[in-house]
Order: sequence, then C-alpha cells, then structure tokens
Amino acid sequence: MKWIYEPWPWYIAGPMIAFIMLLLLMLDKNFGMSSNLRTICTICGAGNKADFFKFDWKLQKWNLVVVLGTIIGGFIGSYFLSANTVVAINPDTISELKSLGFASAGTAYLPTELFDTEALLSVKNILILAAGGMFVGFGARYAGGCTSGHAISGLSNLQLPSLIAVGGFFIGGLTMIHFIFPLLF
Amino acid sequence: MRTIIYLCIGILFGITMFKSEAASWFRIYEMFKFESFHMYGIIGSALVIGIVVVQLIKRLKIKSLYGEKINFNSKANSFSRYMFGGIIFGLGWALVGACPGPMFTLVGAGYIPIFIVIIASLFGTFLYGLLKGKLPH
Repeated sequence: MKWIYEPWPWYIAGPMIAFIMLLLLMLDKNFGMSSNLRTICTICGAGNKADFFKFDWKLQKWNLVVVLGTIIGGFIGSYFLSANTVVAINPDTISELKSLGFASAGTAYLPTELFDTEALLSVKNILILAAGGMFVGFGARYAGGCTSGHAISGLSNLQLPSLIAVGGFFIGGLTMIHFIFPLLF
Repeated sequence: MRTIIYLCIGILFGITMFKSEAASWFRIYEMFKFESFHMYGIIGSALVIGIVVVQLIKRLKIKSLYGEKINFNSKANSFSRYMFGGIIFGLGWALVGACPGPMFTLVGAGYIPIFIVIIASLFGTFLYGLLKGKLPH
C-alpha cells in the first residue's frame, strides 16, 4: 500500500475518473463540475438579475455535496496521503519555467509565486488569478461544460459538441502558454 | 444515505485529482507544452474506459441503481458556443492551472489564493448569465 503515498500514475488516475463517472451514471446523474458555479450563483440570488439563474437549485444539491467531498478529498490527499507533494515535471519544463521567473518549478505542488499566501501581496498576482478564474467560469458556461462535462462525460458519449469544446480548450490553453505567458511573466 | 454516497464520490474524486497531480498548475503547463504524457494518459485512459462504459450501458440497456433507464445529456448542436466558450475556458485553465474540479480540491489542500480564482469564476459565470442573450450560440 506504499504506492498510495506516492504520486498516482496516469493509469490509476484515468480509470478512477472513469469509475467516478460510472458511479454517477448508475445514480442517474451526469458528471460535471462547472454547473455547480451556476448553482452557487443562483443560491446567492443571481436569479433576480438574469433568467439563466432561475431554476430550482435544490435539484443540484447532490452535485454540491460532490463539491464538498472534492474539498475534503483534497484535504485528505494532501495532508494524509502524501509523503511529498513536489511535482516531478519534465526537467526541460522546469528550466523553461525558471527562465520565466517561476523559481519554485520542481520544488512544489503549485508555483509559490502565485499560490503562496504572500503572493496575495502583489496586485499583479491577484489580477492574474482573478482574470483566469473569470475566464474559466465564463468559458465553461458559454461552452456548456468544463473538462469533466465535455472532455470526460461528453466525449465518452461521443458528442460532437464536446469535441469542438475540447478543441477550443486546447486552442485557448496553447495560446495562453505559448503566446501570452511570455508577455505576462 | 444518498448524501453520504455523493460525499464519498466527491472525496474519491478530490483525492484522485490531488494525488494524480491533475490539480497541479505545473502539470497543466507541462501538458500545454507537450512535455509529458501524464495528463494525456489521465484524460485519454478515462475517456477510453468512459466510451466503453457508455456503450455497454446503452447496448445492454443497463438500468440505474434505482432500476430506471439511464439518461445521457445530449448537447445541442452548435459550433460557435462550443468553440468560443472552449477557447475562453482554455485561456483561463492554462493561466490558473485549475479547472472547476481541481479548484475545489485545492481549497481542501489549503491554498488560500485559490479562493480568488473561485470567486472570480463565480463572477465569470454570473457575467455569462447576464450576457447570454447577446452572445452567438
């Protein structure tokens, strides 16, 4: 059981994700995380501003419970199931990141330059995190799903719209990393 | 009882996202640089198994645990909303290195700045709700 404390290889993680999708299907639910963002907006009263948020959020309560579990799972994974949380990425990637100013590459789980609590002292970092989050929220709803809803659930069901969306995810991601990162960092 | 089942599914998902490093900004960067197979292996193997599972459920007419027919969400046909929405999502995903599942995983792992990402993603969702009628779908 020692492997459990090591980073999990893709051939454990991928089947596990498929298993989670299967469990939800057997409960007649569809795996999709970003719809929770809409549900939370509705709970906060967004229905008064836009019809998009007028729906019975109680139907999505099960998904909010999955979110709560995801938070607890992150806690368990990092505090109880990890001997060492350093992410061993490709050495070439590490040197590229170092030249971009991410000295923490190869020494941490997340770049401390963006995700340490002290990083919040920088206005630039706050703007980067806020802009990225806003794009994720806006884009996921515009595209009707995120990685779980399109790349896993949708493509598993051979939906052409999901293939277009995943193509879009990659166009956006590649543009950000290859063209916008050199301007930002 | 059902609540406990959903909670356990969420916990399993959160642990998987953290332990597989799919919640790591570094892994997302590396993926978009094509410098590792790791993320492609995760998404690809989940997908291959997922396709088989969905086909088996459909062909063998497997019922849900409640004994009812399993419903699949069919996505409405369109190009622009999936492409434009997808691109905007991808820009954000690469920048903050987290999509909506891992965002919550990272809350549990104790990274305070991820709250900014989550609040901003709620705002982004709200903004979409406001502008929905004006966007090409």
